Amino acid sequence: MSDLIYQLKDLKVSFPDLSQKPLLGTAPRTQVLKGLTFDVAKGDVLGIVGGSGSGKSTLGRTMIRLLEPESGSILFEGSEIAHMNEDDLRPLRKKFQMVFQDPMSSLNPRRQVGGIIAGPMRLQGFDNLSARVNEALEMVGLPKTFTNRYPHELSGGQRQRVGIARAIALRPDFILADEIVSGLDVSSQAQVLNLLEQLVRDLGLTLAFVSHDLSVIRRLCSRILVLHQGEIVENALTANLFSNPQADYTRTLLDAIPLPDPNQVWE
Amino acid sequence: MRDARGDIRHLPGLRLWLSGGWLLLLVLAAIFAPMLSPHDPLEQDLFAARLPPFWEQDADPAYLLGTDSLGRDLLSRMLYGARLALTVALVAGTLTCLVGATLGLIAGYYRGWADLVISRLVDIWMAFPPVLFAILLIAVLGTGLTSIIIAIVVIDWTRFSRVVRAEAMSQGAMDYVASAQVAGRSRFGIALAEILPNVLPTIVALLTLEMGIAVIVEAILSFVNLSISTDEPTWGGMIAEGRTSIYQAWWVLVFPLFALFLTVLSFSQLGEGLKEYFDPVLR
Repeated sequence: MSDLIYQLKDLKVSFPDLSQKPLLGTAPRTQVLKGLTFDVAKGDVLGIVGGSGSGKSTLGRTMIRLLEPESGSILFEGSEIAHMNEDDLRPLRKKFQMVFQDPMSSLNPRRQVGGIIAGPMRLQGFDNLSARVNEALEMVGLPKTFTNRYPHELSGGQRQRVGIARAIALRPDFILADEIVSGLDVSSQAQVLNLLEQLVRDLGLTLAFVSHDLSVIRRLCSRILVLHQGEIVENALTANLFSNPQADYTRTLLDAIPLPDPNQVWE
Repeated sequence: MRDARGDIRHLPGLRLWLSGGWLLLLVLAAIFAPMLSPHDPLEQDLFAARLPPFWEQDADPAYLLGTDSLGRDLLSRMLYGARLALTVALVAGTLTCLVGATLGLIAGYYRGWADLVISRLVDIWMAFPPVLFAILLIAVLGTGLTSIIIAIVVIDWTRFSRVVRAEAMSQGAMDYVASAQVAGRSRFGIALAEILPNVLPTIVALLTLEMGIAVIVEAILSFVNLSISTDEPTWGGMIAEGRTSIYQAWWVLVFPLFALFLTVLSFSQLGEGLKEYFDPVLR
């Protein structure tokens, strides 16, 4: 069992539905994740795919405990973190990190890049910060001179690299990447995906890659989890999923991928 | 082709220099008032009453800005009045800022019941007419510098807490807050190290605005004779006295009014200028 980094069992997450809240009393809860059970093996690159509102981001954020599940269990490297409080979580946090969708929002606009990358390391008690910051920048392919740039001075792709650098600087075992290329243009997307692939290989990371885009996921992931309305409709190896999809919903998703047409004629 | 942004960009500098210059001048005047004043601000000389400022015909060069109806030197009174105005601006402005911004940050970031209590309190506060509220407070507390400062803090903290709350709420929804949580920062640490720096330019702009408002409130209270003791020279008191003799001696009203106007304007312009200067995104 030691090669499993995550074991999730019957994970349920719900949010209060404030639009249905009666004048007095509490709002009814909307079930977002309806009892998910799956494992993530060490070194896996897991793609979490699903339509809008399928609960894929909620699942990701629950796995790294930005959200607390209603019930169920999350074993991370053998320890139960589903209902662990923030103080107990803190030392564990350096082992699971996250890269966010919108780097403009996830990088504090008043901090310089060096401070952004060093911040989490300082909190987690790392030493030799400036050397580590330089190393992280080098790993994501940014020059050292970027340490005293502000986020708004960078391009979208560069910002996302800073987000990745911040996460890998802590040398985590697991990284959640939540739609990290959906805000980028196609060539930046390709560069960031290449970078991610290389980092996973070099650092022996386990990666969960949340996306709505199956072609991006196919490129990167070894295993794919298809979510639909808070339930797992399919959990398969990438090759199997694309060659032999089991669920109807997966087939619908696959059909929705635009394929390049070699006979295309441009008017 | 000319770049229109180039024209706008040099303006904050000018704004900072002009407003900062006037305020610096005022601070120096307040500190060195005893040395700079040509006369004792309380000394009356009924034979020299209502002397006009120096450029008028029958002016006395000893009284540069003229005298009021009791023959007191206007320039000296204005220099001493600047002391009170600036003390109130700095102390009351800063205290109001501390109280209001803290409550606003708590309400906006921690939300929950703290927000509920603070927001309802703000709603209740806003229902009071502020000047009447101030007069009522002074009536209860008695006149004096401390009472003025307390009155201003009690009336005006809502100005900060409303704005800071809204700002902290929108900042709290940003991913860098979630990212700090992923890094293991405590909620208190996030409020202080992540949210506060992003709200700070707004707070600075509000603070200087509040200093201007504090000067006005002090002048209003002096005008209705509810400030410090009636002998003490205050701009508001001078305006009140000048009002009664506006047709015979306009300068008694106009000089303190002009000083008040320039000071309040400078405070608000200083805030805008500082905000642009300190904001790396705007710069």
